[in-house]
Amino acid sequence: MDANLKVALVGNPNTGKSTLFNVLTGLNQKIGNFPGVTVDKKTGFCELPDGRRAEIIDLPGTYSLYPKSRDESIVFSVLADKANPLRPDLVVVILDASNLKRNLLLYTQVADLKLPVIVALNMMDLAKKSGITIDVNAFAQKLGVPVVPISARKIEGIDQIKSVINHANKVALQEDTIDVESLAPQLIAQISKEIEVENPYYALQLAHQHETLKFLSSTQSDRIEELEQEFSFHSQKAQATETIARYNFINDLLYDTVKKKETAHEENISNKIDKVLTHRVFGFVIFFAILLFIFQSIFAWSAYPMELIGDFFVWAQTTLHHILPAGPLVSLLVDGVLGGLSGVMVFIPQIAILFGFISILEDTGYMSRVTFMMDRLMRKVGLNGKSVVPLIGGFACAVPSIMSTRTIENWKDRMITIMVTPLVTCSARLPIYTLLIALVVPNRNIWWIFNLQGLVLTGMYLFSLVSAITVAFVMKFLLKSRERGYFIMELPVYRMPRWKNVGQDMYNRAKAFVLQAGKVIVAVSVILWVLASYGPGNRFERIEQKYKQAQYTQHMSADDIHHAVASEKLENSYAGVLGHTIEPVIKPIGFDWKIGIALITSFAAREVFVGTMATIYSVDGDAEKIESVQQKMHTAKNPDGQPVFNLAVAFSLMMFYAFAMQCASTVAVVYRETKNWRWPASQFAYMTGLAYIVSFITYHLLR
Amino acid sequence: MFGLSIKNMRLSQLEVGETGIVKEFTDLEMSVKLMEMGCLPGEQITVSRIAPLGDPIAIHVSGYQLSLRRKEASTIILQ
Repeated sequence: MDANLKVALVGNPNTGKSTLFNVLTGLNQKIGNFPGVTVDKKTGFCELPDGRRAEIIDLPGTYSLYPKSRDESIVFSVLADKANPLRPDLVVVILDASNLKRNLLLYTQVADLKLPVIVALNMMDLAKKSGITIDVNAFAQKLGVPVVPISARKIEGIDQIKSVINHANKVALQEDTIDVESLAPQLIAQISKEIEVENPYYALQLAHQHETLKFLSSTQSDRIEELEQEFSFHSQKAQATETIARYNFINDLLYDTVKKKETAHEENISNKIDKVLTHRVFGFVIFFAILLFIFQSIFAWSAYPMELIGDFFVWAQTTLHHILPAGPLVSLLVDGVLGGLSGVMVFIPQIAILFGFISILEDTGYMSRVTFMMDRLMRKVGLNGKSVVPLIGGFACAVPSIMSTRTIENWKDRMITIMVTPLVTCSARLPIYTLLIALVVPNRNIWWIFNLQGLVLTGMYLFSLVSAITVAFVMKFLLKSRERGYFIMELPVYRMPRWKNVGQDMYNRAKAFVLQAGKVIVAVSVILWVLASYGPGNRFERIEQKYKQAQYTQHMSADDIHHAVASEKLENSYAGVLGHTIEPVIKPIGFDWKIGIALITSFAAREVFVGTMATIYSVDGDAEKIESVQQKMHTAKNPDGQPVFNLAVAFSLMMFYAFAMQCASTVAVVYRETKNWRWPASQFAYMTGLAYIVSFITYHLLR
Repeated sequence: MFGLSIKNMRLSQLEVGETGIVKEFTDLEMSVKLMEMGCLPGEQITVSRIAPLGDPIAIHVSGYQLSLRRKEASTIILQ
C-alpha cells in the first residue's frame, strides 16, 4: 500500500502516543522490525480529510534524542538519516500537557532538526484538573508550529489533528529554540562541511552519536572522532550544557504561556493507591496474588481453547485424509504441514491471555511499581524487577513469557531473562515428569501428609526456579554491556486500562507470533515429521512385507500388528537411525537408543516424548493412555535383563528435560525477540550442555 | 544552626516526606540523564516513598513521580 505522506509520532513514554497511534490507524496497522533493535516497528495507515493516505509510524517513547538504550537510538536514526526509507515528511510531537516542562525538552531537540513539526497537546483534561491553564494560541505562536489540544483516550481533537496533518507544510517553519552553533562552533562547522549536512543540530548529534549510528560509514565515523579530538569536544559536557540551555528556553516559554494555580499539595488518588500497592507487606502479598492469578489463568483459561484448536486440526487431518488420495505429497501436507501448523496455533490462547494481563498491568501503571518493588531483589542475580513476570509465566509456557520480556528496557537484563526463562518448568514438561515419577517413585506418604511423588514433582518445580536464578547470576558476569545500568524510571499515575488497547495488544501479539515465529516452528515440525516417517532404503516395505506373513497374521490381532509395524517403522526411520547413532553419546547419561529416538522426536515439543514412548513400546490405543505407556515402560528390560527405567535413568531423564532446550517454538521465539541467531544458538548450546552434565552427575550418583 | 551539617546533603539521605532543592551533581553522565528527566538544579525534590526492600526510592519532581536507585540518588547534591 502506498502512502502519500509519511508521519512519525514522537514523544516521551506514558504520554498517550500509542493511544493516539491506535486511534489514528485503527486496526489498519502492522508490526514489523526495525533493523538491529528489538522494539517493534509499528506502522499504520490513516485516511486524511482530502482523501490522501498518510503512513503513520509509532516511534519508541523517549525522553531525549540522546539514547539511553539501543531501542531509543532508533528515533534519531529514523528522523535524521535521509536514506532511511521511514524518514517522515512530518513529525507529530505528543506532549503531556500536565507535564510540559519535561516533555518540551524532546520537542526542542526534534524541532532543531528542522523537519516539519506539529504538536499534539495530550491530556488537557488532566492538566486542567491540576490547575494548569495553557494559552494554546500564544504557545503555538512562540513555537511557530500548529498546536492541537487533544485527548487521545476520549478520542477528542482527532479530526482536528487529521486536518492539521492534512494541511501541514512541507517545509519546517518552527522558531529556533537554542543557539545550537554556540555549543561547539568549529566542530559543527567542520562536520557540516565534510559530511555535507545542512542542519547544525544534525551535525552536533552526529558528533555525539557517531559511534552507534549505522548509517555512517566507518571512514565518516573515524573522521568525526578525529575532529572531536582536534576541537577537544567532550560529549557529556556538551550534552549537559545543551540540556540546561534548552530548559532555559522552556522556562521562558512556559512563563509566558502557562499559568499554574498554586493549589495546596493535596494527596492525589495515585499516591493513596501507591501506599497500599507498594506497602512493605501488602505490596508483596498483592503482587504475588496477581502473579498467581495470571499463572492460574494461563493454565486454566487456555486449556479449553487449546483443546478446541487441537481437536480442530485432528478433525481437519482426518477429513482431508478421507477426501484426498493417499500419497506422499498428501501425507506431507496433511500430517507434516498441518501438524506443524497445529503446533503453532495451539500457543495462541496462552499468548493472548498473558499479553492481555501484561497490557493491563502496563496500562494501569502497575508494572513500573513491580519494578520498583522487586528491583533490589532481582538486581542481585542480574535480573530486573520486570523479570518476575516472564519467570513466573515460564511455569506455564516459555513462548509467551519470552515475548513479554520486551517490557524490560535494559538490554542486558532483558537478554538474561530471555536466556533463563526456558529453564523454568513449563507445562509441557509436566507429562514427562508425571510419567517418570510414577515409574520410579513409590506412591506413598511420608510424614503422614506428604505424598512422596508429589514432593518430587514440587521439588522439580522449585529446582527449576533455583537453576534459572543461578544461571542468571552467572550470566550477569559473562554478559558484557556497553549500556550503563540505569534505573531512573518514571512512575506514571494510575489509570484505568483502555480495554480497546488491551484487545488490540492481544490480537497483535498473537498475529506477530504466528507470522514470525510460526514459520520456523512449521519448518522444524515438517523436518522432524519427515525424519520420523521415512527411512533409508526399502526398510519400510520390508517391515510391511514381514508382518504380512502367515506367522504374524495368524497369531496376532490386527491392532497388535498395527502397533508392531508402527514401532518397527519408527525404529527404522531416519529418526530411529539417528537414535541409534547418538547412542554412544547418550550412553554415559544412561539412555539407550529408544530414549534417543524420543529425544529427537521431542525436539519440536517436549510432550511428544510420551507419544514416542507409546509408539516405541507399541502401546495399545493412543498416547493419551498414560497408564499403559507407564506399564510398558515399567516392564521394559535391557538385553541383560535389568529394567530399562530404573531410578537412575528416570531421574537422569528428568534432569535432561529440565535443562535441555527441547522446544523448537522457544528457539523460534527467542530468535524473533533478539533478531540474531547467535542468541538462540548459544542458549541451545548452554542448555543442552548443562542438561548433559547434570544428567551425567545424576545418573552416576544414583546408579 | 545546623547550616554546616546540612551542606552537601545528598538526595539519598532524605527521609520519606522530606524536601530538598537540587544544587549540583557529582556524576556528569548521570546528570545528563537526570536533567532530561526533569531533575534540574534549582528544582524542588520530595521523597515520596521508599521501596519495601529499602531501595530504590521514589521522588516527586517537576510535577511527576520518578524512581531511582539510592546509588543514583547519591549523585544529587542538595542545597
